[in-house]
Amino acid sequence: MASTQTKRIVIEPVTRVEGHGKVSILMDENNRVEQARLHIVEFRGFERFIQGRPFWELPVLVQRLCGICPVSHHLCAAKAIDGIVGAENLTPTAEKMRRLMHYGQMFQSHALHFFHLASPDLLFGFDAPVEKRNVIGVIAEHPDLAVQGVMMRKFGQEIIRATAGKKVHGTGAIPGGINKNLSIEERDALLADMDQMLEWSLESVKIAKSYTLENLNSVAEFGSFESNHLSIVREDGAMDLYDGKLRAVDAIGATIIDQVDPLDYLDVIAEEVRPWSYMKFPYLTSIGSEDGWYRVGPLARVNTCDFIDTPQAEVARQEFMGLTDGKPSNVTMAYHWTRMIELLHAAEKIQELLHDSALQGEDLVVPAGDRRGEYVAMIEAPRGTLTHHYQVDENDQVTMANLIVSTTCNNEAMNRAVRKIADDHLSGAPEITEGLLNNIEVGIRAYDPCLSCATHALGQMPLEVTLFDAVGEVVDQRVRSSR
Amino acid sequence: MNNNNQKISLTIDGVEVQGKPGQTILEAAEAAAVYIPRLCWMKNLTAAGSCRVCSVRANGRVQSACTQPIGPGMVVENDTEELRELRRNLIDMLFVEGNHFCMFCEKSGECELQALAYRFGITAPKYPFMFPQRDLDASHPEILVDRNRCILCGRCVRASQELDGKHVFGFVGRGTTKRLAVNAPDNLAQTDAEADDQAVAACPTGSLLVKRVGYAVPVGQRKFDHSPIGSEIENSDVQD
Repeated sequence: MASTQTKRIVIEPVTRVEGHGKVSILMDENNRVEQARLHIVEFRGFERFIQGRPFWELPVLVQRLCGICPVSHHLCAAKAIDGIVGAENLTPTAEKMRRLMHYGQMFQSHALHFFHLASPDLLFGFDAPVEKRNVIGVIAEHPDLAVQGVMMRKFGQEIIRATAGKKVHGTGAIPGGINKNLSIEERDALLADMDQMLEWSLESVKIAKSYTLENLNSVAEFGSFESNHLSIVREDGAMDLYDGKLRAVDAIGATIIDQVDPLDYLDVIAEEVRPWSYMKFPYLTSIGSEDGWYRVGPLARVNTCDFIDTPQAEVARQEFMGLTDGKPSNVTMAYHWTRMIELLHAAEKIQELLHDSALQGEDLVVPAGDRRGEYVAMIEAPRGTLTHHYQVDENDQVTMANLIVSTTCNNEAMNRAVRKIADDHLSGAPEITEGLLNNIEVGIRAYDPCLSCATHALGQMPLEVTLFDAVGEVVDQRVRSSR
Repeated sequence: MNNNNQKISLTIDGVEVQGKPGQTILEAAEAAAVYIPRLCWMKNLTAAGSCRVCSVRANGRVQSACTQPIGPGMVVENDTEELRELRRNLIDMLFVEGNHFCMFCEKSGECELQALAYRFGITAPKYPFMFPQRDLDASHPEILVDRNRCILCGRCVRASQELDGKHVFGFVGRGTTKRLAVNAPDNLAQTDAEADDQAVAACPTGSLLVKRVGYAVPVGQRKFDHSPIGSEIENSDVQD
């Protein structure tokens, strides 16, 4: 007989993540977690409505998926279009301008997440009162940190403006290159803040590291589980956030795939559709959908790369990997530490590029070569590996688009984190407190999910939510006609 | 009798202006460094007077400045709140009856419709969007026709006939179903249109585009990035 005492807990919306999400937890009559899921309630449809548009619009059009990391979509689409027009070997000026734009975005996005979104949880504790546990609380009690976060984000945004023309939704990358170089004035304005940014980046790594080590007992198990990890890496195994080939390792570091060209991604990655979410569930085909899911993003990138090619970030990486004897870390909350290692890496790369005279070069675009009807590009967005796959017809119109965004890659992992945290913190609890509920949000937030990006695709889910009890009987159903 | 040196005196917003015989109000104003907003008018093309954005009050009556000849002692009202509101409404309606997505349009920063909206302080249309079903003709190897952005100004139609000596474009349909047509059974590829036709350059919006140019001009260097539309007229020297 079906239980009639099943209790449904809904956290909606999940705060301090980009976009909107909803978590539902199904509890039995003994207040034990029956099921916990992160639902995605946004619907975007980008893959469909860009069909028919001229291909050269894509870098500017598709970046409108998001206002936080549009540069990732801008550059990934640009790389794909480079391939479509046969102009993927860019001039040094064009490639370095794009890289500078990308590192600028990585810097601002990571700073935004750590200081504005995640720091309230880390500074005040997950159970702190909600009226304190927010960025206003950080400003009140840690004004130096709050200002530092704002100024770091501003620096990244200024880099984007100098390379793309605007801080948000610029136009810098065009097929076969870039539409501007970096003027001496722009370079010098950025260099004036560079030393301060590097110093703050180093401090940020220390904060994240100290937090993790001081709270290791609670953090190590918090929403943690073993998983595969995936990213693109450079040919020599170095972390490369702008370009590279796919590598995936398992929970103990064994290689699953390596140096797979993005053009061959369909040979190694497939996406599963589940009836209850707009987000697909990608997995490594060699392992299968049950166990082939993987994590992406800062943690995965630090786990998959052999080294980081900037000195201070490499030291930080070695310290981090030392905790697990060089094996991958599977600690969900370690995302914060690795995110700050990448922040430092981005700062070092920015400094290197600002001193490179190639950025003042005049050779911005390579001519179109042999036209292709299809191309795939990948980039490491702040939240993880991003894939853009396009087909274009002889009239220059897009006929097919497949976008696999970072948050989609982390879909299974976030669901597992929700389940794990719900199991550990909610089961048997006589009362559901704000702090307990926030534990779940903290787990999700560690992934810095961008839920608006992740639901770009036409969902296969009917617009209703059905609730089942422990034996599969429907106990509740809600039709979602609009948000 | 030679009229070339004859002057016609009129006032625009209370300021005396000297025009020449045969000039329209718009031409006389422009020679006097006074900007009258316009969309369907273009230098060297026959005036159509269809968009009505250049509407002024001439001797108390609302007239299109691009077609109304000047006359001695004419009193023209141009920059009044009544006319600004009229023009705002016209521009507003042009936005909502098409599908104008400035955020990814490659003409952004160079588009006269967008520039007029900025000049008139329109940040969002007040009328409801009509979201019409319009098509895109990408058949031509060098030219793209995106009818979503067509405001039916007819500049391409006239430029094709009067400047290019062709008859590539025309209009079919009436009212809300009126649309830009091409002089061929199916699509633009079947016409004699070429990328350097003045008809293509005549488009004030992103409806007629040379393919694969895209966003080659960076933000900050586009025509209207720093100065509002019309400022080049307002900053010009008064012509004798």
